[in-house]
Amino acid sequence: MSPLAHIVRRDLSLAFGQGGALLPLVFFMLVATLYPFAVGPDATIMGRTGGGVLWMAALLAALLPIDRLVLPDAEAGVLDQYVVRGLADEAVASAKIIAHWLSFGPPLMIAVLPAAGLLRLDGVVVMRIELGLAIGTPGLAALALATASLTAGVRGAGALAGLLMLPLAIPLLIFGAGSLAPGGSGAIKLLAATSLLLVAGAPFAAGAALRAMRE
Amino acid sequence: MKAARLAFDNVACLRGERLLFEDLSFAIEAGGAAIVVGPNGVGKSSLLRIAAGLLHHMAGLVTRDGTIAFLGEQAALDTAMPLRRALGYWAAIDGAHDSAIDAALDALAIAPLADVPVRMLSTGQRRRAGLARVMLGGARIWLLDEPGNGLDTATLDLLGDAMAAHRAGGGLILAATHQPIGMPDAQEIRL
Repeated sequence: MSPLAHIVRRDLSLAFGQGGALLPLVFFMLVATLYPFAVGPDATIMGRTGGGVLWMAALLAALLPIDRLVLPDAEAGVLDQYVVRGLADEAVASAKIIAHWLSFGPPLMIAVLPAAGLLRLDGVVVMRIELGLAIGTPGLAALALATASLTAGVRGAGALAGLLMLPLAIPLLIFGAGSLAPGGSGAIKLLAATSLLLVAGAPFAAGAALRAMRE
Repeated sequence: MKAARLAFDNVACLRGERLLFEDLSFAIEAGGAAIVVGPNGVGKSSLLRIAAGLLHHMAGLVTRDGTIAFLGEQAALDTAMPLRRALGYWAAIDGAHDSAIDAALDALAIAPLADVPVRMLSTGQRRRAGLARVMLGGARIWLLDEPGNGLDTATLDLLGDAMAAHRAGGGLILAATHQPIGMPDAQEIRL
């Protein structure tokens, strides 16, 4: 196995081992549970807005574990050890993005099924949400890691991370939720384009941030 | 395999607005060792981080021939994991065999702690665990920042033996320390 595969495996086992991966999932289900109580059980309103709410919950769920993505490894000297072994910061960042996505993307896509039941969404909408999340969550993971790298070691990192990440995540939200409207196939393509851009750009942004952190 | 070598040629280090050192030159050949000495805050750790490639130097040339193992302030081991598994992670990344872990644990007399979670280890035991991580990777160049910190005299002897064995095998060592660590023949780099 290559060193990067080991990094993915370690980060993933840490995420699940410490229960950190459970938190976004619980948050997501909480939103889906509370929403019907807040707006009432009207099937038409929930059918129209429920998909958007799930997208919003998914976006915020991706933000939750941001403080444990990079900072603990930086403080423990683990990132230094990668550098000493000649691993590029960008490669380490890519491995961490993959691990972060695996820890929340697929679990979230499974959680959509019970959540859709709570929100009384029909099968077509659920399929579109699943497709959208499959395309959009890698972008969210990439964005979360880049933000985590940029804010690691800064005081008040949590609030700062939110401010940094949300504007960049909004296109994902617009196109993701937009794909649920009738004739939303154009939005899916734009969602894919946005997600691709984030996935391609984030390792370089995160790598530069990790390098700057060492100075 | 090319012989291990570590050389600084007129290296200068700037941290923030402060010039820590300049025109620093030395070379360590395979089998050699050097000890960086000097008062606190003079740039010993920075020198080691430059040698490891973790920090940019402002001027000069740093030459590294050989793989590097770096012991910084932290052991860089997952605190929730048992010691053996935590070391196993780095062994896997370094492509080291499992027997290398046992050898390193034995060499530093921490084999009985193999199943203890890293967070339960004392300061000195954690230091030994960090040294075990350095040993098991099979790197040619050892960069050790205060390797003797928190070690009792018996363990210092073990460390001395491990360093002697490493040098005899064609490795080299650069250590920053303010206490004798059992390398009387090492060249001294005074900052």
